[in-house]
Amino acid sequence: MEKQNEVLDNVIIKFAGDSGDGMQLTGTQFTNTAALFGNDLSTFPDFPAEIRAPQGTLAGVSGYQLHFGSVEIFTPGDYCDVLVAMNAAALRANLKHLKKSGIIIANTDGFDAKNLRLAGVADGKNPLEDGSLEGYNVIKMDVTKMTRAALLDSGLGTKEIDRAKNMFVLGFLYWMYNRSMDHTLKFLNEKFASKTDVLNANLNVLKAGYNFGDTREEFTTRFTVSPAKMPAGVYRNMMGNQATALGLVAAAKKSGLQLFYGTYPITPASDILHELSKHKNFGVKTFQAEDEIAAICSSIGASFGGALGVTASSGPGIALKTEAMGLALMFELPLVIVNVQRGGPSTGLPTKTEQSDLLQAVYGRNGEAPIPVLAAASPSDCFYMVYEACRIAIEFMTPVILLTDGYIANGAEPWQFPKASDLAEIKVKFTKEKNSETKYLPYKRDEKLSRPWAIPGTKGLEHRIGGIEKQHETGNISYDPNNHEFMIRMRDAKVEKVADFIPDQKIEVGTSKGKLLVLGWGSTYGAIKSAVIKARNDGYDVSHAHLRYIKPFPKNLGELLYSFEHILIPEMNCGQLIKLIRDKYLIPAEGLNKIQGMPFAAEEIYSKIAEKLK
Amino acid sequence: METTSSEKITSKDLATDQEVRWCPGCGDYSILKQVQTTIPELGIPRENIVFISGIGCSSRFPYYMETYGMHSIHGRATAIASGLKAARPELSIWIVTGDGDGLSIGGNHMIHILRRNFNLNILLFNNEIYGLTKGQYSPTSEEGKVTKSTPMGSVDHPFNPIALCMGADATFVARSMDRDPKHLQSILKRANDHKGSSFVEIYQNCNVFNDGAFEVFTEKSSKKNETLFMEHGKPLIFGDNNEKGIKLDGFMPVIVELNAGVSPNDLWVHDEHDRVKAGILSRFFDNPKHPNHLPRPFGVFYVEDRPCYEDRMADQIQQMTAKKGDGNLDALLSGRETWVIS
Ligand SMILES: Cc1ncc(C[n+]2csc(CCOP(=O)(O)OP(=O)(O)O)c2C)c(N)n1
Ligand code: SF4
Ligand SMILES: [Mg+2]
Repeated sequence: MEKQNEVLDNVIIKFAGDSGDGMQLTGTQFTNTAALFGNDLSTFPDFPAEIRAPQGTLAGVSGYQLHFGSVEIFTPGDYCDVLVAMNAAALRANLKHLKKSGIIIANTDGFDAKNLRLAGVADGKNPLEDGSLEGYNVIKMDVTKMTRAALLDSGLGTKEIDRAKNMFVLGFLYWMYNRSMDHTLKFLNEKFASKTDVLNANLNVLKAGYNFGDTREEFTTRFTVSPAKMPAGVYRNMMGNQATALGLVAAAKKSGLQLFYGTYPITPASDILHELSKHKNFGVKTFQAEDEIAAICSSIGASFGGALGVTASSGPGIALKTEAMGLALMFELPLVIVNVQRGGPSTGLPTKTEQSDLLQAVYGRNGEAPIPVLAAASPSDCFYMVYEACRIAIEFMTPVILLTDGYIANGAEPWQFPKASDLAEIKVKFTKEKNSETKYLPYKRDEKLSRPWAIPGTKGLEHRIGGIEKQHETGNISYDPNNHEFMIRMRDAKVEKVADFIPDQKIEVGTSKGKLLVLGWGSTYGAIKSAVIKARNDGYDVSHAHLRYIKPFPKNLGELLYSFEHILIPEMNCGQLIKLIRDKYLIPAEGLNKIQGMPFAAEEIYSKIAEKLK
Repeated sequence: METTSSEKITSKDLATDQEVRWCPGCGDYSILKQVQTTIPELGIPRENIVFISGIGCSSRFPYYMETYGMHSIHGRATAIASGLKAARPELSIWIVTGDGDGLSIGGNHMIHILRRNFNLNILLFNNEIYGLTKGQYSPTSEEGKVTKSTPMGSVDHPFNPIALCMGADATFVARSMDRDPKHLQSILKRANDHKGSSFVEIYQNCNVFNDGAFEVFTEKSSKKNETLFMEHGKPLIFGDNNEKGIKLDGFMPVIVELNAGVSPNDLWVHDEHDRVKAGILSRFFDNPKHPNHLPRPFGVFYVEDRPCYEDRMADQIQQMTAKKGDGNLDALLSGRETWVIS
């Protein structure tokens, strides 16, 4: 039978199943295939904190949301068009995020009595049969049965066979969205190169899923999502943590410094370590320390030796690093601290996202301890912002904090990557000569108020640095009251000086004055941008500015803020940027706050804009 | 160490223009002097030497050494030094720490630096007290110790630093004291010569808050009877007239009188490479007030040859570079899968 073909400009698919069902892999494979095809996209993996949470339960549901299209895509999307539910729990947990009349692809085997009970469905009920899904387009398939049938002669055990289930679903979706299987075939061939039987099993099941769609008469419609009209160029798919890692390698390479990365595993920052440890041929040294204190301290030691010292962590790990951050700023050595924020306080919500460490980054140290703070807005922006963090750290001889979060760290988007030669220069000059007639003055400052970097091994410049207050220029211990105030103000002035060396704040969407400015920072970027574009299309006088430099703020920020009648600041916290803005600019900004471990839906921001401007 | 100097430096060249600020009579003065005396003999260019300390009286040390130096935060010198050594393997790194700094707040980093075996030297100034904070008991203070924070005596069981380091698989473990300049100098040299993390516990008198803590080991009148100076390949002999020795009865050390029946040939001969025996020696930790107690050993307990962390790290970099070639930034940025939008 001839199948219909329907053209769509964007689709949101949520892959959901048990954390052992391989939904993350399925989602990633579909994502990469969509990316290679030229769709714009944005993803949002959402997994339980437990590695293998109780099977079949709501707590054990692992999800991966993909939004792809032929149009510009800024977020993983609010409500999905397609929900893949590998079991009853996956359906129950995600149904509220499915559009009315959306498609449900349900694995019937995951809706047996046991799974229904584990998912907490009332006795005797089965949503696939009791009519409660009326209005949705439900595609039922017994994935387990068909996978087993496809592998009848594979010689593999049931357990191994069942592990290939996700490939059936993936194959079916490839058919449904007119996608080539080439990328996944190549991926499987590489992944299972040494295990032929497992490789063949996966290939067979993938094709079985595809053919299932092709041959079954009940499936009448396929969908086409054409490539997006993005700026011409070469693209790749990029995840936030990966971008952070690559930005660090790039900064090291461009500055000619050795990259030293000291860290301790923690969700959601660990992937930076995993990525960097693959790039030892760039001379990258990764050090998995015994705790976060040792991690940051080892990086400080490396910086003293003339390396680019970097550390990253999240939540409780950042808390442990605070004393050493103070030391680094007293030493005035370059150091980059990446905080991949997660839900807090304490252990909080390790696998969920939040923006609640901003005030900690700006203020959270003993004493007057200013440190520049930057924030990345999207997965690929992590590359540019960590590169900036390195540049500022080196040029100003200071620790710099970069804030990202779990949402952009694990999210992915297409990235028109730069050429190495297009990246800004990062100038490093190690001091080789005395800087006064008689001796080396380690704290004598240049026009940026930055101090010289003389590293061990340099003859004649032997000197000592410490965390005790030091005398101006000589660096000798000093308890002199006036010197202390002088040095406090000097270190502050140095950080403020950074404002002269960062770009002006620009308007992301809209005009540079008007009724309402939505001011964001960090990972709310996509949701705010989508909402503001929609609101402007609907005739609202609203604009969007997104802060990437938070301490110090760009020099023109005040002027920009004063050009709007109202300022709205959406944040995934109780209102932290808003405190900084009100404090510095004395304006009555209004907050929009969500603290649920989940990113904003564009819809939520849109509603607020509409409410303000109605 | 790896590098040798053509220009000779003297101990005077190692003094800084900073006034030394320890209390008069503090054991730290002697240690500073022995370090300044020993370093010129090592042939290391001054600019390649780094002293790193934490916080405490002892940790003021780097300010008094005309080398590169860092006075850091409490307990973390070991962690800082690990990063520096990883980044700059050619440097000669000396960590100065106290019993509180190195075994209390920094205890975790201490055991980890030892198992990793970076090639550097750790000098732990043990005065069995918190000096800088004016006299609280420390993790090496004996049970029952009466201090400002323990008016009824401490109920903490103390660490035995040598046994702790043996337990952490340290590759060089030694003990010396502030009051024996020649011995301390020789141990510092040995520590420097050892390739790996060299741990040296130095008994140091805090004459203000814990005066006389090590008196029985350092005073002429009792020293020979209460201490056992170990030398590789030599029998374990001590006593006022070298009249006593140590024998092993199974795994039990026993003190024997040397006389017509027992000759030095019958004694336990010290072998620095014997881990089991070093473990037994590390447990010679009796309270000298107890009857029949064993003497306190000084010298090198244990030495082991084991690859250093920084070398293995460099090996992996070399291996990956040999396999993949020097890192190409453009290739890294583009990755393996790209697509073109025209
Ligand atoms: C994080 C932190 N906690 C506490 C202190 C206070 N403090 C400074 S030195 C010290 C103990 C020092 O004892 P020890 O390491 O034995 O050195 P000593 O002064 O005896 O040489 C303490 C508790 C500190 N500086 N930092
Ligand atoms: S308090 Fe004790 S350890 Fe500290 S300087 Fe004085 S004597 Fe030395
Ligand atoms: Mg002490």
